Amino acid sequence: MKKNTWINIGFQAGALVLALLLTTLLLVAAGAPPFKAYASIVSGAFGKVGNVENILITWSPLLLTTAGVLITFAAGLWNIGIEGQMAVGAIFTTGMLRMLQHSSMSPALIIILGILAGILGGAIWAVLAGLLKIFGGVNEIFGGLGLNFVATALTIYLVFGPWKRPGVGSMSGTQPFDQKLWLPSLPHTELSLWALGLSLLVIVIVYFLLRGTHFGLRLKAVGKNPKAALLMGIPTWQYSIFAFLLCGAFAGLAGAIQVVSVYHRLLPNISNGYGFLGLLVAMLINYQAIWAAPIAFFFAAVNIGSVQLQIIYKLDSSFAGVLQDLLVLLVLLGEGARQRFLRKN
Amino acid sequence: MNVELKDIHKTFGAVRANVGINLTIPAGTIQGILGENGAGKSTLMKILSGFFKADKGEILLDGQPVTIHSPADAIRQGVGMLHQDPLDFPPLRVIDDFILGRKGGLITNQAQATRDFKQLAEQFSFSIDPEAYVDSLTVGERQQLEILRLIWLGAQVLIFDEPTTGISAAQKVKLFAALRLLAQQGKAILFVSHKLEDVEGLCDCVAVLRQGVLIGEAKPPYVTKNLVEMMFGKEISVGERNPCGAQDVTVNLHALSVEDYRLKVRNVNLDVHCGEVIGLAGMEGSGQGLFLRAVAGMLRTVGGKVLINDADLTGRSYQVFKRHGVAFLPAARLEEGMVPGLNLTEHFVLAEESKQFFINWDQGRLLAQKRINEFNVKGTPANTVESLSGGNQQRALLALLRDQLSLLLLEHPTRGLDIESTIYIWKKLKERCKQGTSILFISSDLEEILQYSDRILVFFSGRVTPPLDATGLSIDKLGELIGGKGWPASPGDLARESTSGKGA
Repeated sequence: MKKNTWINIGFQAGALVLALLLTTLLLVAAGAPPFKAYASIVSGAFGKVGNVENILITWSPLLLTTAGVLITFAAGLWNIGIEGQMAVGAIFTTGMLRMLQHSSMSPALIIILGILAGILGGAIWAVLAGLLKIFGGVNEIFGGLGLNFVATALTIYLVFGPWKRPGVGSMSGTQPFDQKLWLPSLPHTELSLWALGLSLLVIVIVYFLLRGTHFGLRLKAVGKNPKAALLMGIPTWQYSIFAFLLCGAFAGLAGAIQVVSVYHRLLPNISNGYGFLGLLVAMLINYQAIWAAPIAFFFAAVNIGSVQLQIIYKLDSSFAGVLQDLLVLLVLLGEGARQRFLRKN
Repeated sequence: MNVELKDIHKTFGAVRANVGINLTIPAGTIQGILGENGAGKSTLMKILSGFFKADKGEILLDGQPVTIHSPADAIRQGVGMLHQDPLDFPPLRVIDDFILGRKGGLITNQAQATRDFKQLAEQFSFSIDPEAYVDSLTVGERQQLEILRLIWLGAQVLIFDEPTTGISAAQKVKLFAALRLLAQQGKAILFVSHKLEDVEGLCDCVAVLRQGVLIGEAKPPYVTKNLVEMMFGKEISVGERNPCGAQDVTVNLHALSVEDYRLKVRNVNLDVHCGEVIGLAGMEGSGQGLFLRAVAGMLRTVGGKVLINDADLTGRSYQVFKRHGVAFLPAARLEEGMVPGLNLTEHFVLAEESKQFFINWDQGRLLAQKRINEFNVKGTPANTVESLSGGNQQRALLALLRDQLSLLLLEHPTRGLDIESTIYIWKKLKERCKQGTSILFISSDLEEILQYSDRILVFFSGRVTPPLDATGLSIDKLGELIGGKGWPASPGDLARESTSGKGA
């Protein structure tokens, strides 16, 4: 038993080292001094208070999307459509705020209704993917991908069409909302403790849901063996749909937060890749909710830190994505190699 | 091509599938391979056709020792196999499927292939449109396509695995004519079957396998009784019957009909009494599996009624059946019965079907430990189910069942288990019967069927006998029925032929 633990750690460490090695090679190939580049990522992430705030702002939607896909992964579903679910959440929130912004309602109520609308929007979009899978025979990966495109097109249509700024529509999004409709944030930043608190609450809920409830256990049974789950009396397709619904609700909440707390308007690329990043985090932590918060934080830090690369070395900040993707890929590879190794021995 | 198998051994884990088999098939003969399920027929054929590698032993083709690395390698060396479920590509056109296995350049010579196809088809008087899609063909036609394809690829040795299952009478006549023609052309034919009539009517020589051992060979004229005895072994002692004798009926089946793409089971009438055990005998895939799943509500029936405790549950889902006290235990324990990756405690918590929101893990662990002790499962509550041995998985599955059941449906309850586990499991099942649970079970082990059943239904190609009293049934009679002998002609059978024979 003890020996296996060491083997596991060995393979994980090997994957990390290999990921670093490969990114180093890439940095060299791109003409940047690797060690200085790493140092600038670290200082870019933690060098200034403002940067740490940015990390926390990124952390919040990432936690939510990770929490969502942990639910769908537990049910054995690949919810690729989470990007679109986040975007539709943002659209619903924007729509609700636009509808009520000139009313006499209290701003706090409007914000709450806006967030609830976002949750609803994300859930609807996710359930749609689920219905397509269960009743239409469309694999959730293809259905989700298709719905992502529809959501993007819908966002662009709204930004350039019915919801365009006075004058001419632009990629910079719809007309920003009045400051009274902003989620309260720390002074001089976009960091809202409400948003952060909600996201942390959600990940804690998901942790307990998967660990200590009959619902979570049944969801896992459906995900690991739907045939046996059915024989055990679990209504399998209903559980699948509910997993989609929960994941979509969390993604919708993430979209809503982007609107009410970060951008205060609808942007063409409002989901910003957080959905896919959430999938990566979930894979990296091997679907263990307990690790979601620290790893999502790490990913957020790499995202913010690598902005420095662009400023100093003219490397596009998408380099952060390369580092994250390599890490996930190699950790998965390491896991595969570990299983082969253990089977042989 | 002459085929010689010398001292073939193959084991899978603890199962000895082939033990020192020696067999010679001269070119131009049709060799029958007879045996019950699990006798080692398929293993032997898969070794010859390159799917498996023998642990020990030699294959000689025309006197030359050969090593066959893969099915593709086998066909290069002249050995082709037709599988029971045709290994073809339903979404493709016939001609594409035909060409697919052929080595060749980047561009297929379709015109030439089509000419070859038509010529070959004519030779065997098969009529298949090369432009049709494979999934529009009947099972029989797909088989014909596969025969043509293998011959075109140069097969000199052809293996047929249960080829008469699911095809019409007319197609069978055509198939047999084609096989005789192939033999005349000097090809060696291996005909694997459990159907005595087919083997007796076609084969020049029959080899009988039982439990991995070649029991003996026979030549025409065949004596059915001897073949049956070779297949199933000697007389079996019959176990004690259920003394319950209750007249309460748990299950009524009225003219129940089920079907899948190859089989139709028609008009089964059955009353199952409280505490009764009914064994479903027959070669695998004869319809008993369909029947059992229909009684569990897992398969939509196409006609008739299912009543459980006088409630008409026809067409309802398994969930509803389950609420009425029906439980189904599948043969594929890890694939259908349990959830790999979850441990025993988690299984017991799931099986409880609790209405609460939070799980009380301490209580769950206690429950699991209690059930583990009761059912003598070798494992701990924290063991994942896939880490248990087959016998312990089966015990755990029984331990997971609810207390009060009306009807328990089992597929191969003791397959792959050792004697001790088998006896233990039947002890537990008989305890349930004493409490009034009725049992329907499938087994390919005749001994098990005769030993534990009160009544027996025999299935053959979708046909079903009326319930037979187990005490009045001899092993010979049962073996013959399973092999398709001694059946009265019935109108139900005609219905079957007329629908599946449309493409003949």
